[in-house]
Amino acid sequence: MRDLIDGVFRAAFADDGALPAAEDQARFDLAALAAKGDRLAFTTDGFVVDPLFFPGGDIGTLAVCGTINDLAVGGAVPVALSCAAIVEEGLPVEVLRRVAASMAQAARAAGVPIATGDTKVVARGACDKLFVTTTGIGVVRAGLDIGIDKARPGDVILVNGLLGDHGAAILNARGDLALETAIESDCAALDGLVAALIASAPGIRMMRDATRGGVAAVLNELAEASRVGVSVRELDLPIRPEVTGFCEILGLDPLYLANEGKLVAVVPAEEADAALAALRAHPLGRGAAAIGRVSDGRPGRVVMETRFGGARVVDMLVGDQLPRIC
Amino acid sequence: MRYVDEFRDPALAAALVKEIGAVCARLERGRDTPLTVMEVCGGHTHAIFRYGLEGLLPDLVEFVHGPGCPVCVLPMGRVDDCVAIAERAEVIFATFGDAMRVPGSSKSLLQAKAEGADVRMVYSPLDALALARKNPDREVVFFGLGFETTMPSTALTVLRAAREGTSNFSLFCNHITIIPTLRALLEQPDFGIDGFIGPGHVSMVIGTEPYRFIAEEFGRPLVVAGFEPIDLLQSLLMVLRQMEDGRARIENQYARVVPDAGNPAALAAVQQVYEPRESFEWRGLGSIAGSGVRLREAYAGFDAEKRFALAAAQVADPAQCRCGAVLTGAEKPWACPEFGTGCTPETPLGALMVSSEGSCAAYYQYGGMRGAAA
Repeated sequence: MRDLIDGVFRAAFADDGALPAAEDQARFDLAALAAKGDRLAFTTDGFVVDPLFFPGGDIGTLAVCGTINDLAVGGAVPVALSCAAIVEEGLPVEVLRRVAASMAQAARAAGVPIATGDTKVVARGACDKLFVTTTGIGVVRAGLDIGIDKARPGDVILVNGLLGDHGAAILNARGDLALETAIESDCAALDGLVAALIASAPGIRMMRDATRGGVAAVLNELAEASRVGVSVRELDLPIRPEVTGFCEILGLDPLYLANEGKLVAVVPAEEADAALAALRAHPLGRGAAAIGRVSDGRPGRVVMETRFGGARVVDMLVGDQLPRIC
Repeated sequence: MRYVDEFRDPALAAALVKEIGAVCARLERGRDTPLTVMEVCGGHTHAIFRYGLEGLLPDLVEFVHGPGCPVCVLPMGRVDDCVAIAERAEVIFATFGDAMRVPGSSKSLLQAKAEGADVRMVYSPLDALALARKNPDREVVFFGLGFETTMPSTALTVLRAAREGTSNFSLFCNHITIIPTLRALLEQPDFGIDGFIGPGHVSMVIGTEPYRFIAEEFGRPLVVAGFEPIDLLQSLLMVLRQMEDGRARIENQYARVVPDAGNPAALAAVQQVYEPRESFEWRGLGSIAGSGVRLREAYAGFDAEKRFALAAAQVADPAQCRCGAVLTGAEKPWACPEFGTGCTPETPLGALMVSSEGSCAAYYQYGGMRGAAA
């Protein structure tokens, strides 16, 4: 059983050429890494999504794209990933093959090899079907100085497209809502988009992928860490009508829904037009929009101008969004 | 999006705000206190904050957030009973999502779930019935909560369970009715509300007739309203116009959804399954006669209160809490000593801080735009 499962991943990732056949570790040439930048970036993330397969992706694409994105938004060029899978006994090998194949495909598409990995099988009930942990290393572009604490009043806040698709797709794919909608996850690796963005806006202050907690969480972290106010305009938020409708029915707020292929970027005002144009020129940024500004308003507070000029505070979400009774 | 955007049209909103301003300018003459309008329903409170309506209105108008948030008025002892049921090994406890964080005296359902209780979030009571069919060896208990809005769906679920003979399903009935509570509020000698925005969803079931006493006995106007910002602005304007004309009527702004006679099929199901309790305890308001319902004897087999021995204890709110004063509109949330310090959405003491329909949570999260403690 163990060999069979090991074989599934090994076979899927083998063409990338980086998986050493007989060694316990991947090895990298330091000089080659140093040529890409001046700092090492290192990140890890565990993926426990239910269901494993959902419209627009699966746990495999999520695990690859999520870790690539965590590297990319730090200004790093992703170099390699590891993959550790915890498999519940009894999971059909076919399911594993599909997940491994989509991991391999996502990694290949991004040009980031899965260079090492591990698989463990646990007793039935000890985990839920399949958990995947990916770790990534990357090299931060030389001289690039970005961070969540670097936003300044006057800066412009950008997103690269429609918000909330992933969160809505996952909730819907769980099947207990019985809503008929074709919303797909936006799961995508953003390293190429980030490269274009940095090239067009060298003074970029920060980037963050808007995963758990959605854009609202990123804006709040940004306002807190940079000690600035943030103001966004409801009319400028790119949200697909299906997602708006989905949220209306359930009493959810799309600003808090998770995304897996969307980032929030803050750029100086004078670079905003170029940054927006660069985002829109990329296939993963066609729906990019400027959604607001960093202000000298109350530090730590995110305020949204509503459709007809009212204002409300967009606070950090406590716990998960829970659908309302009525 | 069709049927939504029309009701959030900025130009229409601006025109309504202007008209409200004009009426207020006339009403303001010779007045030195604000006009207080209570929106009864928590859904309206949520919408007022979500769209920042308070900031658009003249200072003369003050919204008072009423008791119509079912999660907020749930007494602590009832939450304790929920937790006690949920912690039984044989039980799957099914509940609407936003009831999960309401604090009991020792824990919330969410905490009970974290400690191992089988608590499931469902979107409809029928989902709970489906759980019962799927798990014949478990006891599935649905936490029935809410006003007349949710009552018909739990009633129909009980009727279906009876028809199908699903014996491992029961309902922990905490349904409450809005009319006796409005009467109790109005009968308070110092009740200073000038007019009402009436609940939309409740009225969809009960119609507009039951509110008539508010106008006839107590001389207050009430306008049944929809939940979009344009609905609320228009309803407010209708209330203010009545005040200007010295009228007190029950009017229906939400006629696209609310028939004046209500929903006879829903009312029949409610009538068949439930009977009034002598009284029901409301958090912050105390016991109100005739304000709750329980399952009729014919459906006693589906009554979780009969199936499980429950403590049914009355648990007092923490002494320093001002939930009652906030619920009746006597005080604003930030007047409470615990607001934003001892009581926050992360560590709520009172239920008003839990639900996004609760006025404390709404002020804490969306508010602060008009006077709330920063």
